[in-house]
Amino acid sequence: MILNRSIPPEFKTVDKIEIIKASKITLDNNVNTYEINAGSQDLIKLELVFAAGSRFQEKPLLAYAVNSLLLEGTAEYTSEQIADLTDYYGAFLQTDVDKDFASVTLYSLNKHLAKVLPLLKSVVTEAVFPMQEIETFIQNEKQRFLVDEKKVSSIARKQFNEMLFGSSHPYGYNVKINDFDNLSRESILEFYNQFYHAGNCTIIAAGKISPVEQNFITSYFGNNFQIKSSPNYLPKTIQSTNENKKLVFRDDAVQSAIRIGRPLFNKTHPDYFGMQVLNTVLGGYFGSRLMANIREDKGYTYGIGSGLLSMKEAGAFFISTEVGVEVCNDAINEIYLEISRLREELIPDEELQLVKNFMMGVFLKNVDGPFALADRLKSLLEYDFGYDFFDKYILTIKSITPVQLRELAIKYLNEDDLMELVVGKK
Amino acid sequence: MIKFERFELENGLKVIVHQDKSTPIAAINILYNVGSRDENPEKTGFAHLFEHLMFGGSINIPNYDEPLQRVGGENNAFTSNDITNYYLTLPKFNLETGFWLESDRMLSLAFTEKSLEVQRSVVIEEFKQRYLNQPYGDVWLMLRPLAYKNHPYQWPTIGKEISHIENAKMEDVKDFFKKYYAPNNAILVVAGDVEVADIKRLSEKWFGPIPKAEKVKKEFQKEPIQSEPRRLTVEKDVPLDAIYKTYHICGRSEKEYYVADLISDILSRGDSSRLYRELVKNKKMFSEISAYLTGDIDPGLLVISGKLIKGISVELAESAILQELEKIKTELVSENELNKVKNKIESSNAFSEMSVPNIAMNLAIFENIGDANLINTEIDLYLNISDQEIKTQANLIFNENNCSTLFYLSKN
Repeated sequence: MILNRSIPPEFKTVDKIEIIKASKITLDNNVNTYEINAGSQDLIKLELVFAAGSRFQEKPLLAYAVNSLLLEGTAEYTSEQIADLTDYYGAFLQTDVDKDFASVTLYSLNKHLAKVLPLLKSVVTEAVFPMQEIETFIQNEKQRFLVDEKKVSSIARKQFNEMLFGSSHPYGYNVKINDFDNLSRESILEFYNQFYHAGNCTIIAAGKISPVEQNFITSYFGNNFQIKSSPNYLPKTIQSTNENKKLVFRDDAVQSAIRIGRPLFNKTHPDYFGMQVLNTVLGGYFGSRLMANIREDKGYTYGIGSGLLSMKEAGAFFISTEVGVEVCNDAINEIYLEISRLREELIPDEELQLVKNFMMGVFLKNVDGPFALADRLKSLLEYDFGYDFFDKYILTIKSITPVQLRELAIKYLNEDDLMELVVGKK
Repeated sequence: MIKFERFELENGLKVIVHQDKSTPIAAINILYNVGSRDENPEKTGFAHLFEHLMFGGSINIPNYDEPLQRVGGENNAFTSNDITNYYLTLPKFNLETGFWLESDRMLSLAFTEKSLEVQRSVVIEEFKQRYLNQPYGDVWLMLRPLAYKNHPYQWPTIGKEISHIENAKMEDVKDFFKKYYAPNNAILVVAGDVEVADIKRLSEKWFGPIPKAEKVKKEFQKEPIQSEPRRLTVEKDVPLDAIYKTYHICGRSEKEYYVADLISDILSRGDSSRLYRELVKNKKMFSEISAYLTGDIDPGLLVISGKLIKGISVELAESAILQELEKIKTELVSENELNKVKNKIESSNAFSEMSVPNIAMNLAIFENIGDANLINTEIDLYLNISDQEIKTQANLIFNENNCSTLFYLSKN
């Protein structure tokens, strides 16, 4: 039999996705713990999530400084001891902070968990922020900041956030180098005491979780981990700047960074799922229209993409790329052309079906394995969503029509509503 | 322990299968034994440009990505000095689509002028984005020719200069394909909830008919032993002074490679490592510093690089690095510290074995350097290393006659 290579093999679409759900346990101190027992390796990831992102800070950089300095000394351990013990037991202790949340994550082999859990407990309950460590942190961060300011992509990210959300909200505030010097130990300690405690914490455990690990979690984080009262939080004003088009000129640039986008709703809005599909068509995957046109047809860029940004108090839609300075204007024109096509034309059935199949395949991969499941669960808990959020997402992917997508484009991707930033030359 | 089975088709294609019944995702990894070291010195960047062309349509399939995305799959690829590696994931029931796509582009590309023209531009933009438009982005364009005088590792995978990419001709593309993109120069790994018998059948069906190519002789210019310190100082528009020091080490499959790897871990893995603790935290001379191996198949480099705190002189900072190297050359590493770096390797291995795409890639890379089973046995090579071996190797490596130093200074 001669093989006909021009005919693709039969394929199936992903119809049902089995999600291993976490079991929820509320500890004696009311801390909610979610456990995902999955995977075949004897290892565990334990993430403590605090509502302690930058939106809660009264001064620039505070949330970031507190989170970064957690591992630099506690009442029980010095910075060196924390590093020594973590490394000795082959564990990884990571801190992470974004606009809304902060977290401390421990990765460990199960056999060493008992040795490293005391460290995790100590950093979230009794960090001391030694002055010397704060000074080193400020010095090194200022240096990193200076290097970052030389990258067109970094400048574009920071300036575009400011255009979208305004400088009076931490979502939009563009950090200045002097802000580092204004960090004080008092304000760091105050933020830590206000936001890192049991009343502001959720625990997500994933990996091999037997009663042994469950007992560890209960004894370490159900006891001597107190609830404190967080201060009343007053949201700050979000106000886009008046500049709808901006050029940050860089004479030495060989590429320009382009950002085009607009403030939009977050995950709580009913149109969020539909916009995810529309975004994927436009710039959310390798075969997207922006990639097909601006990279694969014109060769203007190494990469271009679009995305939806979701935060507790705001959201945005944005397109991001870096292109040769000599084709910058052409690339911008093509971007607007692709957006207008979404408003004016119906997406062909074949293309939409491809995008739907692709999104289902990606989702299948995104809920595969204990750590991936933990990440997805975290994204739900941040918005107090249940697992039905995923059911709605899948339902939208499967059912949305070209007409509905064109309506979304007309509603939300109007050219007059879009902001544009170029860092470099055009 | 990663279990796998190996077999070879008549045309020389090596196939490895790893079964993991717990995942709905299947991974396919195809490694071609060709990288930038195989390039003509006048036509560098070619292996990487070629990787881009592999997505520009094959003989029977006009577009690679579209049919894969249609069945819910994703893919990517990378080129190194030694290899070009292609990997994809898809829902397990659509595995055959991966065989169809990968076998067709191994059989023959479409070789369209349009694809070559566009990908030349895309790669030039990549060159600009990653090497020219970033602070310190051009470091390896200078360091490689400093460290290597004969061996093709003297140029980076992106190429020596943009003109080499601009000048790439269709004729070169076709020759390159014929020479290197053949079943007997490739390793195919499939991982996921798959049966070996099915993979045998699919491999025979899709890859079996592809003719083998003439075996490529891998003979590269030998790098002579360096006999004197090499130094280069440049001033550029960057905010901070930086130091880069590279030391020649052995090839990837030598026993001493693992010793060099542990040395780099002692120096810079984790916040408890020596360079970080001494030079960043205690002496506050660097805001960041790292040591790592390039990991090349032929004799590679141990690299130490750091950015200086403003106001610290580059000579003083360099002597502080040398002081740390002197310690590891003269004092035996403690049992505690040696166990620490070994434990970290053990746990990193466990974490890297959590996903089938990772396992598939690692199996291919190990098979290419000699034996896929290194995925299981390599750990013992690390665990058996003694304090004395660390000291001996450190003395062989950390000799300034074996070192190329780049001072990358701030113009301002």
